[in-house]
Amino acid sequence: MTALLKDIVPAERARSTSFNEASARTRLELLLDAGSFVEFIGPEQREISPHLKIFDLPEQYDDGIVVGHGHLDGAPVFVAAQEGRFMGGAFGEVHGAKLTGLLRAAREIGSIPVVILFDTGGVRLQEANAGELAIAEIMRAVMEARSAGVKVIGLIGGRSGCYGGGGLIAGCCSALAVSEPGRIAVSGPEVIETNRGVEEFDSRDRAMVWRTMGGQHRRLLGAADVFADDTVQDFREAALELIGLIGAFDLDRLKAEQVRLAERLRRFGACGDAIDIWTAEGIAHAETVPELPADQFIALANKIGRTSRDAR
Amino acid sequence: MEDLSFQHRVRARADGTRRSALVGVVASGNLEVLVERVLPDEQCAVEIRTAAVGFGEVWTAVIDDFVERFSPGGLKFSINDGGARPDTVSLRLAQAVRLIAEKGR
Repeated sequence: MTALLKDIVPAERARSTSFNEASARTRLELLLDAGSFVEFIGPEQREISPHLKIFDLPEQYDDGIVVGHGHLDGAPVFVAAQEGRFMGGAFGEVHGAKLTGLLRAAREIGSIPVVILFDTGGVRLQEANAGELAIAEIMRAVMEARSAGVKVIGLIGGRSGCYGGGGLIAGCCSALAVSEPGRIAVSGPEVIETNRGVEEFDSRDRAMVWRTMGGQHRRLLGAADVFADDTVQDFREAALELIGLIGAFDLDRLKAEQVRLAERLRRFGACGDAIDIWTAEGIAHAETVPELPADQFIALANKIGRTSRDAR
Repeated sequence: MEDLSFQHRVRARADGTRRSALVGVVASGNLEVLVERVLPDEQCAVEIRTAAVGFGEVWTAVIDDFVERFSPGGLKFSINDGGARPDTVSLRLAQAVRLIAEKGR
């Protein structure tokens, strides 16, 4: 943030900044209206993990997550951003409690949306039980907030993707936006290979990993509603679009989600590869999908891809 | 982990009015620097927790050089280090001084 950078209009900086490469703090600064971000439990309060010291590991003053509030196009939002470079953005006790508290505050107020910038490998292994409990608490807090009328939006485009418990929490959100480098899953490639064998999932086959867990596939399947190009500005626009789209959360919507998932399993359950699914969806030359530039892919996805807008 | 602590007397107060600022991330070869305006104008303190044990002399040299160059009076620096190289440490310290000198909270 030199004097030179400060002279550039924020929207221009957001347009030229890769979401994938930016830090959690830079993502929030450029995602929200300029200067509107106010942090809760900032680093100067030093709410660090009580567990890492026991393992003789370095701590971070915000425990790898930045939470607070700000404005998006003039309207208030709660925000949380995980720092994927600190211990893979993993959920520990304090990290999780900060997100739980934010969601509970949103539930109490009822009308202010929550935007979560996921960037996580899942639970922090050094805090296994506390981390697993945090995931459960956050999932409950997301559902309680949604029941109270809060829109909870996930943005996924970080280097650590959105794995493990993070993938479960993302599944509870009202809607998701994802970029090409974003990945959404529960078990990671190596975990699947270790448990089920290399014939089931070859974690070294990077192309296969990306077309199974990557942003393009998640968008085409309807797990993510919006595909964003990898700039902070694109994610800002995606968040605004989703806040405008999300409808009420009630029993009918849950039933519609059940129907959507059952239909997906019925249609694609026998497919052995993402390319088979894309072909079944009527995409010609499905094997070329991973090579499409973002704008061409977005056009394709908007024409053919599913959404979960009447479900979830 | 190793804890290190440095206190310096400095010739001038650091610029700006911001109370605190943060730069960097704790990752392999990287570090975070939390800087706070909490000391008398002629003092500077640096508290370090580092994953790389046994580099006290290098830290002493890097901090001496930084204090001499920037005269960060009134500032306390708290560092969580993931084993950064000396040039990265110098860069982050310089960024921290610049950020706290900017306008804002």
